[in-house]
Amino acid sequence: MNQFQYVRPAKPKAAIEARVKDQNSQFIAGGTNLLDLMKRGVMNPERLIDISRLPLDKLERQGNTFRIGSMALNATVADDKQVLEKLPLLAQALNAGASAQLRNMATIGGNMLQRTRCPYFYDTALPCNKREPGSGCGALEGYNRMHAIFGFSDKCIAVHPSDMSVALVALDATVLVSGPKGDRRIPFAELHRLPGDIPQKDTTLEPGELITAVEVPEGPFTKNVHYLKVRERASYAFALVSVAAALQLENNVIKDARLAMGGVAHKPWRLTEAEKSLVGKPATEATFQAAAEIAMRGAKAFKHNAFKLKLGPNAIVQALKNATNVA
Amino acid sequence: MADEISDSKPENEERSHDAARRNFLKQSSVLTALALTPGPVVQAAAAEWDEKIAAPFEKVPLKLAVNGKSYKLSVEPRVTLLDLLREQMHLTGTKKGCDYGQCGACTVHIDGKRVNSCLVLAVMQDGREITTIEGLAKGDDLHPMQEAFIKNDGFQCGYCTPGQIMSAVACIREGKANSETEIKEFMSGNICRCGAYPNIVSAIQEVKNGGQKV
Repeated sequence: MNQFQYVRPAKPKAAIEARVKDQNSQFIAGGTNLLDLMKRGVMNPERLIDISRLPLDKLERQGNTFRIGSMALNATVADDKQVLEKLPLLAQALNAGASAQLRNMATIGGNMLQRTRCPYFYDTALPCNKREPGSGCGALEGYNRMHAIFGFSDKCIAVHPSDMSVALVALDATVLVSGPKGDRRIPFAELHRLPGDIPQKDTTLEPGELITAVEVPEGPFTKNVHYLKVRERASYAFALVSVAAALQLENNVIKDARLAMGGVAHKPWRLTEAEKSLVGKPATEATFQAAAEIAMRGAKAFKHNAFKLKLGPNAIVQALKNATNVA
Repeated sequence: MADEISDSKPENEERSHDAARRNFLKQSSVLTALALTPGPVVQAAAAEWDEKIAAPFEKVPLKLAVNGKSYKLSVEPRVTLLDLLREQMHLTGTKKGCDYGQCGACTVHIDGKRVNSCLVLAVMQDGREITTIEGLAKGDDLHPMQEAFIKNDGFQCGYCTPGQIMSAVACIREGKANSETEIKEFMSGNICRCGAYPNIVSAIQEVKNGGQKV
């Protein structure tokens, strides 16, 4: 790992100022992704700003909203009794990610900012527009088994790796940030961006902006939820495809529905049209299959990930069946 | 008379003496310049970065409690907890496997929570309590999990074992050892290339069912 300067500000404001002052600095919280990337030479910040001890780790319920501090640990949130009761989809998605050790280190804010696991991004000997703008995309014509089927560009076909983010986009979460220009709220669906011509930019955060918390509204999605993650092995691997499914049922009729996919795009992929198609219909396999078909409209595969065109809809149907106990 | 002695020196020796003196002057003025430059600590105070600050190459003082003993150490910012334990403190029970957080061989407990010490900067752990595999046994009495690993032959090549045992203890403490499926899921961050898994699961179940305090 290259040498770097280390600072540990005591207040969020000082952390933001330090970050603004030095463009070649990075915030570090859990460090589970950043240190990995620094060891491989993918990221080489000259200064690390340690934000892990900032007082941003509270998990609280205010009225009908959960407010989760960005420094709360993945494991703490996943094990929280109120989260398990009111936001079971979030708990399931958190537990599907990484290992017990990493969930004890990783923070909620860091999790959503983790970078793609595309092997061309990780290997500094290979071209990657996200790591080195203008160098090309190795995955486009290369081994693209884990890559996107939605929303990609000819500059980048990488996918966003977080499980938690898939649940948060389905649950209509809001990200709270503080920056040099003050505080603002970002709807979760607008935090991550599609690659377009600037795939090096993962999010819509402005320079120096610090995620302070995420707010998740308590909805009717407490009973019929399921986070399904399909991967190469049963646990501790990134998703090939994942599905967050949450339904509100009344006499087996769907009153409201939430659907999002992971492992298919540069951002957590909300399936709004498919959600609409579910509302007012009975919770049956036929309903789920029709929704899955709508969800997959516009999907386009590459040489090695064509299986996702079939795995995707199957995973959607299975997640909805698991959520509703439809055999 | 001293001058005379000096004058009697061969010319080249005289030159080298002068050169040495000039070098000394140069170096000391560099040191003076460094001393007069606002150091990172001064900058830090101005920017409200209280607590910790360190320039690259500079060692930072660090207090840690490791296996019940307090230590005052000094580390470079880039030193991981794993490297500090192994290289500086010579606690080589914690193993370096992949060094990228993927195998679990480096698992230790920080303030009671299991983590991959290879992905942890030592400097970020100031004031925390670390437990490594060396800290589990009480003198000659092995920890119940160590006993169970021996009894169930959970070792095989043994390289992953310290991390497996640290994780196994945490797995029970976290209340995630209630079934074989749960144990497998919550031990999945520890990879064993020999395939000691079935014996490790048996060892954990034995300790869990035995009801001993871990």
